[in-house]
Amino acid sequence: MASKQKEALIDPLFNDNPISLQVLGICSALAVTTKLETSVVMSAAVIAVLTLSNLAISLMRNLIPASIRIIVQLTVIASLVIITDQVLKAFMYEISKQLSVFVGLIITNCIIMGRAEAYAMQNGPGMSIIDGLGNGLGYSIVLLFVGFFRELFGSGKIYGVTVLGDWYQPNGLMVLAPGAFFLIGIFIWMNRVWKPDQIEAE
Amino acid sequence: MKFLRKVLDKQAPLFDKGGPLEAFYPFYEANDTLLFTPGEVTKGDVHVRDALDLKRMMITVVIALLPCVAMAVYNTGYQANYWISQGATPLHNWQEAIYASVFAYDPTSIGANIFHGFLYFFPVFLMTFLIGGHVEVAFALARKHEINEGFLVTGFLFPLTLPPTIPLWQVAMGITFGVIIGKEVFGGTGMNVLNVALTARAFLFFAYPADISGDAPWIAADLSTAADGASGATWLAQAASVGQAGSDVFATHTMGGEQWMQSFLGFIPGSMGETSTLACLFGAFVLIATQIGSWRTMFGVVVGTTIMSLALNGIGSETNGMFNMPYYWHFVVGSFAFGTVFMATDPVTSAFTDKGKLVYGLFIGIMIVLVRVVNPAYPEGVMLAILFMNMFAPFIDHFYIQANIKRRLARHGA
Repeated sequence: MASKQKEALIDPLFNDNPISLQVLGICSALAVTTKLETSVVMSAAVIAVLTLSNLAISLMRNLIPASIRIIVQLTVIASLVIITDQVLKAFMYEISKQLSVFVGLIITNCIIMGRAEAYAMQNGPGMSIIDGLGNGLGYSIVLLFVGFFRELFGSGKIYGVTVLGDWYQPNGLMVLAPGAFFLIGIFIWMNRVWKPDQIEAE
Repeated sequence: MKFLRKVLDKQAPLFDKGGPLEAFYPFYEANDTLLFTPGEVTKGDVHVRDALDLKRMMITVVIALLPCVAMAVYNTGYQANYWISQGATPLHNWQEAIYASVFAYDPTSIGANIFHGFLYFFPVFLMTFLIGGHVEVAFALARKHEINEGFLVTGFLFPLTLPPTIPLWQVAMGITFGVIIGKEVFGGTGMNVLNVALTARAFLFFAYPADISGDAPWIAADLSTAADGASGATWLAQAASVGQAGSDVFATHTMGGEQWMQSFLGFIPGSMGETSTLACLFGAFVLIATQIGSWRTMFGVVVGTTIMSLALNGIGSETNGMFNMPYYWHFVVGSFAFGTVFMATDPVTSAFTDKGKLVYGLFIGIMIVLVRVVNPAYPEGVMLAILFMNMFAPFIDHFYIQANIKRRLARHGA
């Protein structure tokens, strides 16, 4: 893989993570991460929507009039989200009920709109797919991190399987939304210790 | 003393730059300045040097806290002994095993009460310092700065805000969370936005609510075998639960003058160090006399509470008896006095400007009453009110500083 493609795929994971550096898409990271299972499904849904919307918009980028481009982007994203929602309802009904409104709210996830506007409008379809995939994975890493620890400490389970026995007293804070905030904060902290260039100048 | 100084000086080269124990300089420094006033002289253009450094300041707060500590030890034992003498069962733990082999459950014996309370308070206190102190030292070593005394007061405050039956592992988790997330991530002592002890307590409050709220944790005894109607809930929680049902304990004189005095002195169930308003008043006196705690903040809280409770008295409510709670009852139940004197006045997290402190205190008072009376989920609002206003303190200061700049510009011309 050429270095440019590699960069588009790898960079959003830790160097330019959409959640921990750009601080986008926080609300779904708080809402759906009480369990690892919902985090995984949500991550998959966002990766699918983001990759496909980047592809579609990149293909259309020379046809979209600049003055109505946001509306066109939204139409594309909304269509993809509705398809995703229907697929989840058809094949994973229980989980789609738990995710409830948050699948529909992928439309408003700033990451998807942001990549469409910032990347897919300027780059070819091949690169746009890679960029969409990379950013989707960056989002997923944070979601899985948060989901893993919230489920582990909040209910003593991993992916629905009890790993911490009866002796473990679940930590109620982890189940509340602030628990996700603390975990995202800790993720950002660790990320910045590892990559100090992300620390803003005073 | 000369001898001690000599011993310390002899060790100094070991810890200096290039010495074999350089990495542990913070340890040496901490012990040296605890024993002797630092000998450094002001350099540069500054000529005023106050003998009051962080260490003296923290020690003063600790002295102000001593009556609360004494009361924590005594009342914890008294409550347990009293209820056990009324038919409650002692808990099954090592504390009771030790206690039962030394004393009988006699609430009239001062020594027995102190010993019983000590068995509950001291492990919590020790755990706080052991874990919190190590976290503090770990960060000092990793960041290569000196160990400072910021933790000393936190370490005293935190155990006092906990119920006697709090599990020790929770104490360890709470103080670790408080020191790391409340303080160290922001850069250490003096940089924190939220009060560290309250952050630690809030963590436990939301993480393990069963052990820090409700009826069970406030008395170190099992009340299920006691007489009918005995409740281990705090008085504030009892008033709230009766109040939410529409009745009013203050009008019916279930809580009258005699109970008020008992509550004022602190012989009620509650968090260990927070029950006695009298002990907190002593602390307030010390803090105000030494100008370490701000009278403006305390005054603000008292005024805010009074205004808000009088306003709610005036509005009244058919369904919520708490609306009728008089302001003088707000002062003596829950952690009002403790929070006002020791938590709200924290110089780091409160407002800095003089007028800002009044406003800051005022809003804490208002929030306390609102949470206590209007919110049915939480009977006590002091912790939440102070943490909430901690976040607004820089905002309040900003307005007063801008106003001052504007005024001076107008006076002297732009």
